[in-house]
Amino acid sequence: MSVMMYRDALRRALYEEMKADPRVFVLGEDVGAYGGAYAVTKGLSAEFGTERVRDTPMSEAMIVGAAVGAAMVGGRPVAEIMYVDFITLAMDQIVNQAAKIHYMFGGQIKVPCVIRTQQGTGRGAGAQHSQSLESWFIHTPGLKVVAPATPADAYGLLRASIQDDNPVIFLEHKGLYAVKDEVPDEPYVTPIGVADVKREGSDVTLITYSRMLHVALDAAKQLAEQNVSVEVIDLRSLLPLDMDTVLRSVAKTRRAVVLHEAVLTGGLGGELSARINEALFSELLAPVQRVTAPDVPLPANVTLEKYLVPNAEQVKKAIEKTLESKQKVH
Amino acid sequence: MELDLTKSLYHSMLLIRRSEERILEEMMKGNLASTMCHVSIGQEAVAAGVCSAMQPQDYLTSTHRGHGHFIARGGGLSRMMAELFGKETGYCKGRGGSMHITDVSIGHLGANGIVGGHLGIATGAALWTSLNKSDAVTVCFFGEGAVNEGITHESINMAALWKLPVIFVVENNHYAMSLAWERSTPQLSFTERARAYGIPGVDVDGQDVLAVREVALEAIERARRGEGPTLIGAHTYRFLGHSRADPSKYRPAEEEERERARDPLTIMRAKVGAEMISDQDVEAYEQQVKEVLDAAVKFAEDSPLAQPSTLFEDIYA
Ligand SMILES: Cc1ncc(C[n+]2csc(CCOP(=O)(O)OP(=O)(O)O)c2C)c(N)n1
Repeated sequence: MSVMMYRDALRRALYEEMKADPRVFVLGEDVGAYGGAYAVTKGLSAEFGTERVRDTPMSEAMIVGAAVGAAMVGGRPVAEIMYVDFITLAMDQIVNQAAKIHYMFGGQIKVPCVIRTQQGTGRGAGAQHSQSLESWFIHTPGLKVVAPATPADAYGLLRASIQDDNPVIFLEHKGLYAVKDEVPDEPYVTPIGVADVKREGSDVTLITYSRMLHVALDAAKQLAEQNVSVEVIDLRSLLPLDMDTVLRSVAKTRRAVVLHEAVLTGGLGGELSARINEALFSELLAPVQRVTAPDVPLPANVTLEKYLVPNAEQVKKAIEKTLESKQKVH
Repeated sequence: MELDLTKSLYHSMLLIRRSEERILEEMMKGNLASTMCHVSIGQEAVAAGVCSAMQPQDYLTSTHRGHGHFIARGGGLSRMMAELFGKETGYCKGRGGSMHITDVSIGHLGANGIVGGHLGIATGAALWTSLNKSDAVTVCFFGEGAVNEGITHESINMAALWKLPVIFVVENNHYAMSLAWERSTPQLSFTERARAYGIPGVDVDGQDVLAVREVALEAIERARRGEGPTLIGAHTYRFLGHSRADPSKYRPAEEEERERARDPLTIMRAKVGAEMISDQDVEAYEQQVKEVLDAAVKFAEDSPLAQPSTLFEDIYA
């Protein structure tokens, strides 16, 4: 084990994949000598050259389009979109092209590419640099969507994503890059589509992903002092969703709270709540609760921003609500 | 049919023409599985001329009006017809239809339903072949309507910047649905437009297959030498409406008459002379093409329909 920052774990995954597979290359804005806006690709162009770690003009549609085209003819590109907010300029390439090509052409062509980007709050970056847009992608069959919360998962999932034969939207979080944790020294992949129980518990299941995992673990720790046992599930992959792990846990705890940083309406919380209700309605002791950002654009002001980002207090309240619920069991 | 180059160019155009006429006929009979179908009748010289200049290792990307590119590149008519009929023997297992006709085995990277959507893909394919030191060139066909999409600028700029082996072929049939070229942009010359990117640009008579081929050959060989992209503006005309539903009332009747008189098949014969392509030749081609199309339609008719059970296949590789 080595203690490593999230960004360094990502870089290690890129480095090892590029060493192992000459088809892997990186393209994006300022990914070369500059090292990427969040320093993930630092040093890679010195190691692999400026052709394989390629600075592009600001042309987001083209960056993703080029990744798709290169993937179709044998490359394994990893494209970086500096902020998920800018991916709006590349939505055709992601939604109509990358996600559809394999299916629409009858399985003739594969599109093995990774679109790395980062999202989320924490820096007062404002309405156009702080969103969490994962719902847009999970609404698109043909894509895979992952959102790691820890350095170990960032490393393992990036390796898995690069090795995957499908387009993968790889959602990093700008508030996690400096987070340090242990990462095994031996190379490994973390399979896409497998959630991880980050803390075991028996009273309530708290389902989350990305940076909110840390808020969840904080709330769970605080509640443990009050003898409330919270099971924390880190989804890690948002498409496909590992409902087996989620439902197994909720069947056990009979209470569930979903936590995400994205806004409420149309968010993953609604989807999870619906699926839990469909599968376990009669088992539940309380309605599934959601803790999310409200439906508000984000201000460029760290103080104001804080009001919109879910915190441990809100999570605790939601959990307490599920514990208080008087719902009768049939 | 073994034909020399000149004859094969004529044959290729004729095959496209008759195939699309047959497609329309089958559509009228209600045999097509989709309502989406755009024919390129009148524009055959662009597809035939450009594809004749390509090598087997080369790639192409195509548009919603893509039968011509597909056929000129050597796509099989039986499986194409089956695709249009929604049969499981179609190239896309009956789920792509006319607008997404594709045969990857001949370097065809797909007919795209998003106007301009494939310019990035073509440039990306060229990026990979250049990184990979392969000598393949990618040809990107698009209508003049796509010229005003943002990704077109992004793609040509990037391809020019990195000297990628991609050829941008604008099939300028002068109308994007109802919008005339003159009403969509102030810069009508592709030669001029290319100058802004520092790449060669040529305007060519898209009804003259030999001229198109010549321009394409030069562009493709230049790209193969590593000298970068070329922008080709092939001026052509779609003889029919945008799609079956379109009577093209927005086009002046005199213009339609004048342009339809510039039929690429007639123009070619007039140019090469009856010694090169005789009446007997044409008769033989017509006969052969009819047989191929009859067989293709029969194959499509006899093939099983794409089954709902296959809907859940190929979402992921
Ligand atoms: C992005 C996008 N916008 C609009 C359409 C609808 N549409 C399909 S074809 C077409 C006109 C295209 O004109 P052009 O690119 O010149 O090709 P042509 O049809 O003339 O071959 C339009 C507006 C579309 N498919 N995609």
